[in-house]
Formats: sequence, structure tokens, C-alpha cells
Amino acid sequence: MSDVPTPTVPETATCVVIGAGIVGNCVVGHLARLGWKDLVLVEKGPLPNPGGSTGHASNFIFPVDHNKEMALLGEQSADQYRDLGLSVDSGGIEVARTQERMDELDRRMTSAKAWGIEAHMLTPAEVKELVPFINEDVILGGFYCPTVSVVDSLETGTTMRREAIEKADLKVFANTEVLDIVTDDTPRPNGRRKAKAVVTDKGTIEAEHIVIACGVWSNRIAYMADTYIPLVPTVHQMADVGPMDILAETNNEIGYPIVRDMDTFCYERQSAGSMEVGSYGHRAILHHPDTIPSNAEAALSPTEFPFTPEDFDDQMETAIELMDMLGDAEIKYAINGLLSITPDGMPCLGEIPDVENLWSAAAVWVKEGPGMGQVVAEWMHYGYPRVIDAHGADVARFYDEEKSDEHIWARADESFIKTYGIVHPSEQWAGRRHLVESPYRSRQEELGAAFYQARVWERPQWYDTNADLVERYLLSEREVEWDNRWWSPITVGEHLNLRENCGMIDLSAFQIYEIEGPGAVEFADYLAVNKIDVPVGRSVYTPWLNHEGGFHSDLTMMRVGEETVRIVTGVFDGGRDEFWVRKHMPNDGSVTFRNITMEISTLGLWGPNAATVLGKLTDHDLSQEGSPYGSYLDATVAGVPVKLFRISYVGDAGWEIYLPWDKATIVWDAIVEAGADHGLRVTGGGVYSLSGRIEKGYRLMGAELESEYNPVEAGLARPKVKSAEFIGKEAYLAAREAGAEVRCVSLTVEDNTDSQGRKRWMFGGNEPILDMDGNRIVDSHGRASRVTTAGYGPSVGKVICMGYVPNELAEPGTDLQIMYMNELYPVKVVGSGATFDPDDSRMKS
Amino acid sequence: MRVLVCVKRVPAPGAKINVTGDGLAVDTTHLGFTTSPHEECALEEAVQIIEREGGEVVVLTLGPAEAEEQLRYAASVGGTGFVLIPNGGADWDPQRTASAIADAIRALEADGGEFDLIMFGNESADAGGFQVGVRVAHKLGRPIVNGIKGIEVTPEGFTAHRAIDTGVEVYKLPKPAVMGVKEGINLPRYPTMKGRLASRKAEIATMELNAPAGGQAMLKLHRPPEQPSTTEILGTGPEAAAAIVDLLDELGVL
Repeated sequence: MSDVPTPTVPETATCVVIGAGIVGNCVVGHLARLGWKDLVLVEKGPLPNPGGSTGHASNFIFPVDHNKEMALLGEQSADQYRDLGLSVDSGGIEVARTQERMDELDRRMTSAKAWGIEAHMLTPAEVKELVPFINEDVILGGFYCPTVSVVDSLETGTTMRREAIEKADLKVFANTEVLDIVTDDTPRPNGRRKAKAVVTDKGTIEAEHIVIACGVWSNRIAYMADTYIPLVPTVHQMADVGPMDILAETNNEIGYPIVRDMDTFCYERQSAGSMEVGSYGHRAILHHPDTIPSNAEAALSPTEFPFTPEDFDDQMETAIELMDMLGDAEIKYAINGLLSITPDGMPCLGEIPDVENLWSAAAVWVKEGPGMGQVVAEWMHYGYPRVIDAHGADVARFYDEEKSDEHIWARADESFIKTYGIVHPSEQWAGRRHLVESPYRSRQEELGAAFYQARVWERPQWYDTNADLVERYLLSEREVEWDNRWWSPITVGEHLNLRENCGMIDLSAFQIYEIEGPGAVEFADYLAVNKIDVPVGRSVYTPWLNHEGGFHSDLTMMRVGEETVRIVTGVFDGGRDEFWVRKHMPNDGSVTFRNITMEISTLGLWGPNAATVLGKLTDHDLSQEGSPYGSYLDATVAGVPVKLFRISYVGDAGWEIYLPWDKATIVWDAIVEAGADHGLRVTGGGVYSLSGRIEKGYRLMGAELESEYNPVEAGLARPKVKSAEFIGKEAYLAAREAGAEVRCVSLTVEDNTDSQGRKRWMFGGNEPILDMDGNRIVDSHGRASRVTTAGYGPSVGKVICMGYVPNELAEPGTDLQIMYMNELYPVKVVGSGATFDPDDSRMKS
Repeated sequence: MRVLVCVKRVPAPGAKINVTGDGLAVDTTHLGFTTSPHEECALEEAVQIIEREGGEVVVLTLGPAEAEEQLRYAASVGGTGFVLIPNGGADWDPQRTASAIADAIRALEADGGEFDLIMFGNESADAGGFQVGVRVAHKLGRPIVNGIKGIEVTPEGFTAHRAIDTGVEVYKLPKPAVMGVKEGINLPRYPTMKGRLASRKAEIATMELNAPAGGQAMLKLHRPPEQPSTTEILGTGPEAAAAIVDLLDELGVL
């Protein structure tokens, strides 16, 4: 017998994808479809089942999710599995054992409508008709989705890989271990290193792009490049029990709908004659990637850890309660299977911020694999994913404090039980708080601040010591607990007081960058739609677009010097925006970048008395002449040198005051004292980010502004386009030429009484906007009209919603409906501007 | 019928077994634990016997405190009584083990009557000493047959079957007897969910016993050098068929 030589890897490749699970295979498949050539796929394990969760996951897709990215990419993935003929629509039912869960299922119905997924509420008897072996006495009802599907992830991976072999001459190396990722360590002005090569036990491959698609192992590979992908391998227990005649008689891999027993955090999924009982109800069992055994060392597969039955016992009891037949079925196979959990529950996709051309396609479950493979491939190809706005999954979203084992483990520990939980949109984390210490924290705590966390920053949402405003403005709690949860009428009181007197809001979570150098202004203009080459002391509110002309960011840029531009963006977008700047900045030394967030604190002061209060602390001319709208000028407040920025995101006149972090409390105390006789209240962020904003119809990145929409549709296109080049200009010009098919509008809820006569208070967003017949409204690009932001406008006295509707429905006065908790409410289009003070007279005062 | 089954908690390894740094134990960092497969079959056989004949199956293990897991598993598949002899976590040599188990059996019999049948696995899955069953039988002065792949209960005692290369040996044993059972005698059942849940309530008796060390000591474990494997591609597609037939013929399996 002659030895087969060990295959050696090629010396170069356009792209090396590491990991041949469902994600890596779909990345190479989609890259091939986009015309990429010279691809290499490296896998440590054997093929076709390399030994990750692709081979042991329960492999079903419940397409309805409240989160848009997860829902639409789940659907996209389900369609791709269907297109390959490798899925079966089994249907699925989420059953409720509690009234609270029934309400949640109504919320699911609403999300199903938003995403256009067929769904029905079932009575217990109707559930029994579909699942004859269920004990209908323990449930109150069910949410049935006929398009729930069971997929063959291994075969799909193989098929996608083969497609890439045929189309792109993909070279596949199984049983090949990656030993190192080589990056160039030459320091560059943008602070990024560049990925150069993948070192394997079969040779080194120099590559233009490297993709980490290694599931629970992803960090092991990321460490090799001295970087970090925030995910932790976490156990999901699953037991295969059977055989049972009623299942075997279907002669089918799956003949009955999958049941999710949501209140016990379990599912029951038929697998031929057996039932797979899976649990998300046990304690969080977390592992470090370095403790995952190799294929050879593992008794089953590396990600099928030994079953710990004591963690599963409670789930067994409740499973038998729901399906008595399970009690006498034998436990044939049971595992502690590993899956990936991230600190915020979203995947980690996109280019890794500190290493150029190193991509993450991680923390993706089988249910999203093909769609997310497509996202990453398109991101690499077009510079941005076309299939969907993926800001929530962007690996650049994380702050340093989130990129540690301590943080991720704590978050996974807290979040695991929420996998099937009822998670309120405003729900706050219990642990890992105050990761960044605000200069005002002790003062805020004295005022009874209700802290809401924004990534790693804490923003007081309201202050309990303002409770007297509830009496002053005759406010009350909300009738339905869900609407009242994580909310207080104090925020309404603070809003009304700001409109009547004035309020001071801590805006220190703003992310502030400075770019400097002879090329700074030109580069700033390259990033921004609007002209940044303005006189020193002026600010520019501007979108940043991606190359396709959709929104990447919206933020403010200030010309603070001839060669210096300051960038101020929101805390939720900080990571992505800093990355965007670093990614695009010239590396010839003409521009330097600095993150000065921790040097500068920001206080907002707004309201009719704001000028009077501030006037007591500064000699600066605060008139419209001395401090015109949009100006960003040096001043001294309470003896502290500051920048006064005349701007408003709340609809009343006032300033953002940018002050040195170390002198922040001096200014805080001075404003509080000066405002005491003018009705000033330290005011929570609820007024800034929601009630004040929505009354004015101000758009927010990640809500109204996503890459799927452009400035013309958002109503943010200025009359003229600057001559300078900028990212997305060509697409932007084309969009202006084409005109808007949809427009971003505000709508008021005309009657918020539900069928039980209770007042409901919409918030959170993603409620579908429907025509008067209750039909979804979908434009020619497939974009459905949905609420992007909803909230109560205290000065308007109505719930206000924002969202995109087609032109013909965008006229003021148009009657439409929205769905909230599976009920319809009438809404009226206000128009694309403000609901409150539409001519901005208050801001000019 | 009163039956005793002795089981051992052993690691459930993959293809590659790692050894601890000091070379004295299997590295079980990533491993789960199970009951030695021969003993799982012994337990199944015992349960089947009392299902037919009536009676009780006492399951005994000598091992670390965690071996309670294996006793509860035994409870989930039909064991009725459970005894743990703690060994402090260190593997005892066969003589010491056998002495302690024999002492335990004497105590159990003094308390609850003689065991008609005491069953061991043919050998443990980890140490593979083939000794404990024989030594216990010798200490108790009872007959033992190893390698058993079939048991029948007869009015006088038992008939036991043992497979050999050329056929089957059949033994007649009086009560009380000892047997070493081999995998393949039956297909052990899996626990049912109800069985697992009930097993949580099983009462486990702990017997603190000790015995002097015997003459056998383990010096060091080492992994055999990996055998280089070679692959010969016999051909692709239908053309490969002839070569495969030749090979199978050469191997004598046709």
C-alpha cells in the first residue's frame, strides 16, 4: 500500500474560512455565489460532521422573534434551507401555562404580523387536535406557527460547501488544525493591525481575508490574533426519549408540531419514534473554550458534554406533566450540548474592529446559520450586508468592558434563563452595572436615580425625588402592569416640568472623538453626507451612509479648529462609529484619531428658563446672536471652561454643555443651585431619548435610521448635495433622483382603549402599521411598515409612533391602524415633522 | 430471589485517553462517568431475574462519594437496594477491594439474609483486573464462573452459559453462587424519565469499611505510541469495486 501524502494547504488564498459548521459552510457558499474565487475552508474535525453544535442541535426554526434582525434572518435562513430541499415544515406551538404567558403570546402574534409570518392563537382543545398526546388541562392556550421548520444543518453545510467547490474551486481541509493567526504588528495611525495568514498543522496560508466561524471555539482562534469575540460556550441540555408508538406510527422524522412549553423553558420535538426534550430551564452551565475536548478525547462529540441529570430533573417532571407518555419512555441519549451565548443575546458578525480583514461569523445558532452566513459574505463583498441592517449583530458594537470573561460569564449566567423568558423591552440587567463611573453618580443616587444601562454606561431614566411632579401634573400609574413595568409617571412629570420650566439631563454617555491633522476636515467630509468644512465653532448634524447609501450612523460633528473635528455620537453606536472612523481614515499620517469620551462630560439644559439659569453662571452672550442654533463655542460656566452647544433633541431651547470630566461636578452643582428658583429639575434620560424626542419626531439610529433606509426616505436630505466626495454619495444621488417610495412619519394613536376597556401605552417598537382593513403595508423592496419608536408624548396627550409608510399613506390626516398585543388601534398620520411645536418656535425663543 | 450486583464507577472516555501529569490516573477533566458495561449487563440480568422470579436486587459499589451517581442510575433501571463503600477517591487494589466487598456482603447477609446470586462484571472497564469477583467468591467460599452470557434459574440453583471459541460451556451452580457476567448477555434498558425521577428518592446505605492493601500496585500509566495509520485509495466510483472485492477476499470476510 502506498501512503497518501498529507494534503498541504495552498500558500495563498483570497479568503480562508475557519470552521466547517453550518456557518462556515454558508459563508463559503455565499462568497461563491457573489463571485469570490480562491477560497479555502479549514476544519479541525472530520467532515461532514466536524463535531460542533451543527451536528447535535435540535435543528428547528421558530421564525417569530420580537427582534427584527433575529426574526428576518431566521426567516431568511428557513427559506434557504427550504430552497435546498433540506427542511420540513413541521409547524410549532408555543403553549402557555400562565396568563402572563398568554399575554406574551399576544405579543408574539403582533411580531408575527410585523414580519408577515402566519400565526394563530389556539385554545387548549385546538392544541390537542394538533398534538393528541398533550395534556390540555395544564395549558391556557397556544401560539401556532405553521411554518416552523426542522432543518438538516449537516447536509445543508455539505451542499453549500459543494456549491463553493463547484463555483469557486473552494479547497477544503478537514482534520486540519489552526495553530496561529498572523497579523502585521506595524503600528498604524488607525490603531488597527492587519490579518495576514493562517498557520495550520498542514502549512501556512497567506490570505486577504480570514473568517472565524468556529462556533463555541471562536475565541480560541480570536486569541491567536490577540483579539476577543464576546461569547461563552453554554450548556443546553437535551434528552432523546423513546420509542413511543404514536410517534413511530407517523413513519416520519417529524409528524407532529414541535411544542415549546415556554413557562417551563422546555421543548418537545419529535425525532422519528422518539421525542427530543430540550431545556433552557436549568442553571447556566458555562465553559471556557479551552476546556472543550478534541474529537478524539470526547466520549461523544466535543460539544456534547457529559449529561448532568440532576440539572434536568425538574424539567423532566414538567415535561411529563405536559405529555404523560414521556414518563415511561426510555432516556436513550442525553447530552449537555454546547451553544454560544453573548453578553447581549445577539450574534457576533462582521469585521473585528482591531484587526483588519479578520471577520467574525460567531455566536450563530443553526436556526440563523444560512442567513447570517449571507450577512457576513455580503459584508465582505459589498462593505455592508445587503440582506438586512445588522447593527445589532455587529461585532464592533462592544465596548472594552464587555470584552472580558468576567462580563460575558456574568451576563450569560443572568440571561440563560431568559432564552424562553418573557423579556420586557426595557428590562434591565441585575449584575455588571456601573461599569463606567459617571462623575455625578453619588449626586444621582441621592436623587433616587432609576439607572438604565446603555451598554456599559448608566443613564438615570428618572429621579424618584421628582415624585412630587406626579401630583403637580395629576399623573398616575398605568393600568396594565406590562405598560407600567420599567416605567414611572415621574418621567412624564419631568417632561412637563422641562416644557414649563427647565431640566438638566446627564448626557455623559455621549461618545466623543476627535480627528485632527491636515487631512482631518477632508476626511470628516468623506464620512458625512453634510458639509463639515464649515467655519470653526459651527456644528453639523449629519448622516453617515454606507456605500449603498443606507444609514450607517447619524450624529453631530463640530469644527473645533482649522484642522480639528469633533464627533459626538450616541452610546449605543459608539463602538460601531469609532470602528467606522478607524476603518476609513487615511493611514498616511494626515489624520490622527482620539477617543476623548472619558475627558469630557456633557450636561443638557433645556426649557423656557434654561437661558435664565445658565445666564447666572456665565458672561457669554446667550442670545440667538451670541449663541446661535448649532454653534459650538468656548465659554466659562461657573468658572469652568466649557463648550456651549446650542442644540436641542427635546424640542425646547437650551444647550448641551461639554465640560472637563474632572470639573463636571462643579458645573452640576452650580446649575442645580442657579436653577432652584426657576423650577429646574435634574431630569432623567426618558425625556431626552423618548418623550421629548418623539414629540419632535427626531430620528434615532437603530430605530428609524437603519441601512435599509436612506436620507431621502427618512426626510433628512438637505436641498443641496455638497461637492465633496463622501461614502455613499453615488447611491445617495441616485436615491434623490429616484425620490422616496416611503417616508418616515409620526402617527398619533387616536384611541388607546383596548377590548377590555383598558388604556394601553405602546412603547418599544416593531408593532405593525396596517391599513384600515388590517392588512400589512409592504413596499416594493419588501420593507414592511412598522413602528420604529413608540411612546407617550406628554405635551401632546397622545401616544406617538414613528415609522415608514408609502408616500400615498404619508399625507397628514391619513387614517391607519397599528397592532399592539394582538389588538388593533386607530392611528392618524401627523406628517414627517414634529407633532409638538412643529414650527420650532420654542427652540428659537 | 435475593441478588447482589457489584458495579464500578468508571470514566466514559473518547478514543484518546489522557493520563494525568503524575501518570497515576486517567485525566477525567472532560469526561463523564458511567457504570462498567459488563456490570450494566449484570444489573439488567439481575433485574430481569427478579422481574420473573420476584425478589430484590441490591447494588453495591466501592468508589468515591460521586459513585452515588451510578447507584442512582441503578435505581432508575430497577435496582431495589443500594450500598456505597467509600474509598476516599483512590482506586484500591483488587485484594483490598475484594476484602472490603466480602466484609460488606457478610454484613448485608447477616442483616437481610443470604444472597442467592452475587454478580460481577467480567472485568472493570478501566483497570481490567479480572480479579475482584473471583477473590470475593473465594473469600466467601462460593462457586464462581466468569464470562457468563446466559443465566437460567433452576430449582437447584442456576444454569450458566459461557461462550468459547468452539461452542458454549454450560455450568450448573448451586445457590448461593457468584458469576462474572459479560456484555452481550442482554441489551440493558435505558432508564425511563419516571425511573430517573424515582431514583432521586432511593435510599443509599454507606458502609465504612477498610482492608489492608494487597500486593498489587500501579506504578504508572502510559499511552501507547500512536500507530501511524495509512490510507490507500482503492479507486473512485464503480472502478473501485473490483479492488474492494479483492481486499475483502484477502481479509477472508467474503
